[in-house]
Parts: sequence; structure tokens; C-alpha cells
Amino acid sequence: MITGTVIIATEICKGCELCIASCPQNSLALSSSINRKGYRYAELVLDNCTGCINCALVCPDSAITVYRQAKPAKRASSPSLSAQTA
Amino acid sequence: METKIDSMELVYAKPETLTDTPMHYCPGCGHGVAHKILMEVIDEMGITENTIGVAPVGCSVFAYMYMNVDMQEAAHGRASAAATGIKRVLPDKFVFSYQGDGDLAAIGTAETIHTVNRGENILMVFINNGIYGMTGGQMAPTSLAGMKTSTSPYGRDCATMGTPIKMTELIANLPGAYYVTRQSVHTPAAVRKLKKAIKASFEAQKQKKGTCFIEIVSNCPSGWKMTPLESNDWMEKNMFPYYTPGDIKVPQEMK
Ligand SMILES: Cc1ncc(C[n+]2csc(CCOP(=O)(O)OP(=O)(O)O)c2C)c(N)n1
Ligand code: SF4
Ligand code: SF4
Repeated sequence: MITGTVIIATEICKGCELCIASCPQNSLALSSSINRKGYRYAELVLDNCTGCINCALVCPDSAITVYRQAKPAKRASSPSLSAQTA
Repeated sequence: METKIDSMELVYAKPETLTDTPMHYCPGCGHGVAHKILMEVIDEMGITENTIGVAPVGCSVFAYMYMNVDMQEAAHGRASAAATGIKRVLPDKFVFSYQGDGDLAAIGTAETIHTVNRGENILMVFINNGIYGMTGGQMAPTSLAGMKTSTSPYGRDCATMGTPIKMTELIANLPGAYYVTRQSVHTPAAVRKLKKAIKASFEAQKQKKGTCFIEIVSNCPSGWKMTPLESNDWMEKNMFPYYTPGDIKVPQEMK
């Protein structure tokens, strides 16, 4: 099973809920407490995250960082395209 | 929920070319996603130091605070004219303009049409939320038929106010337009498509192909008086039938 997790910058989050709607695993929900801006923020509430990055892609405030369990024999380099186009 | 990240690999982080300045946009506003994806492509192409952007007047007037590339602010509607000047003086830089629909399709109509008609070698990013967001949700030329705005409280009446202008189809007819597409940022799949379109546009610019034009149909939860999720839903149901996402002009060699 693929496992992943997200780190959410809760003080940046404005509680728009777009990440919650985009999560295929229903791993995210709004907090019951509020941040310093007065918003309820997105939180990981289940441990079934797969690290698919959907939530991070749609986050307008770029508040989400995603990690995934490394697959043992996986690509060595990151998908950076800089060498090709610099 | 606490999970251990030590044994994991980083698969997604905010692009480095986006500054850490918290964005002033309303919760759920598509401007934030559009900024992020634009900067992500610039990051991935390794062109941060070689890119110059032109910010508009409108909600994204402060784009230069978030986009960590060289930026120039333009007068309302004139972003593509300013970008023209920059590109002509510095032809080896990647140049883009970023404008809302009030900016690009109302006060800046002349600049928009003539920039594309000249085939200026720039990328024009056009955020269409069907409204003047910044100034309080007034009707824009792009507002849908029957759409209620603060200046069309009974809905846009096309008999007296004209029909919503499809700026993107209009400029696609000009020979100077090289690649013209309509995208959105409301779902992960849409974001991935937009990313490809931006990358293709910068690649075309490198080869001096002419104007690339990307419309992003976006939401304005505050102006539309909806929650962010409601606004994306409303956009799909009401904006997409008229402003249908997809490529509008794709040169043979890009297919
Ligand atoms: C010359 C001039 N005329 C009018 C204005 C007022 N004004 C500021 S933003 C704006 C409309 C912006 O709407 P849009 O381009 O759709 O961007 P949005 O805020 O929706 O992102 C207007 C009319 C101005 N700043 N300058
Ligand atoms: S990375 Fe994917 S599975 Fe994990 S919380 Fe985000 S959307 Fe859900
Ligand atoms: S007014 Fe509309 S376009 Fe402007 S930041 Fe708010 S939601 Fe976005």
C-alpha cells in the first residue's frame, strides 16, 4: 500500500476547503479551532493519505507540502526539466 | 494526525519562485493557483533569472509580491503593451503578462488585440472570472448573459449590454496568435493541463513563434457571493458551457 502524508501550513491556510474536496481518500477536514487569521484550517484527520498531491495542486495559498513513502528501486533523479531548457 | 516523514520522500512543495509572502486573495480564489502553477513551470524550466512578468490592475495587482521573477506593474489594461516593450528591448528574456478580464477584455481591449495582431513573442495569461473582482463585482464584458453583478442587479441584459465577449476566440483569428488555449484551475486534472499549456507556451516563445495566449476560466467567490466550493461548481455549470475549456488554436507542429 502506498502511504503518504501532508504538512499543512495552518497559519497560511484560509480554510477554503478546496483541498478537502479534491482528496480521493477523504483524508482531510477542517479543524475545530481557528488560526491567527480567524480561519478554520485544513487538517489531516485519517492516516490513509497516499501522497497523490491532489490537495497541494489545488491549494491557492500553496500551504500544503506532500511526502510519500519512497519506493525501494525508484527513479534516481527528480523530474526537474532545468537541464533541458536553461 | 501525526505521521513520520523521516522515512518519506518529498513529492510536492511550494515552488521556489513563489515568495513566502502570504497572498491577499480571498479564500479559494483561482488567482493563487494560477500564480503557483506559472511559477512552478518557471522553476522546472530553470528560467527564473530569465523571466520578466507584467502585473495588471485588478485583484492580481500585487502579483509582483508573490512572483519571484523580475516584474513590471502596468497601467490598467496595458500589460501586453508593457510586455511588448520589454520583449523588444530584451528579446532573449521570457516575457509574460498576467491580466484579469476587466483589465484585458475591457479597458485593455485595444492593447490586447494589437499585441496579438503584431504576433508579439510573449505569453499572455488571461484570468476570466466574469466580473471586476477588485472593485466590487461590477459587470465585465465577459459577464454571462443574465449574470447578476453589482452593476447589473437584474442580470446582464444582452439587448442593451451586449453579449459576453469571447476574447480568446476573437484573438485566435489573428495570424499573430501562435498557440491559444482555454484552461481552468479548479481541479487537480485541470491544474496539470494548465501546467502543460504554460510549458508549451514558453517553449514556443524560445523559438520565437509568436503570441501564446492562455485564458484561465476562474472563480471569484467574493464577487459571486458564494463559498469557494460553490463557486467552482457554479463555474462548471454556468461558465464552462459558454467558455468551454480546451485548445482553440494549436499549430500543426505542436500537435
Ligand atoms: C485607469 C483605471 N480605471 C479604472 C480603475 C479601477 N479598477 C481597478 S481594478 C478594476 C477591474 C479589475 O477587474 P479584472 O481585470 O477583471 O480583475 P479581477 O479583480 O477580477 O482579478 C478597475 C476597473 C483603475 N485602477 N484604473
Ligand atoms: S496527498 Fe492526496 S491522499 Fe494525501 S491528503 Fe492530499 S489529496 Fe488526500
Ligand atoms: S475579489 Fe474575487 S478575484 Fe479578487 S481576490 Fe477575491 S475572490 Fe479573487
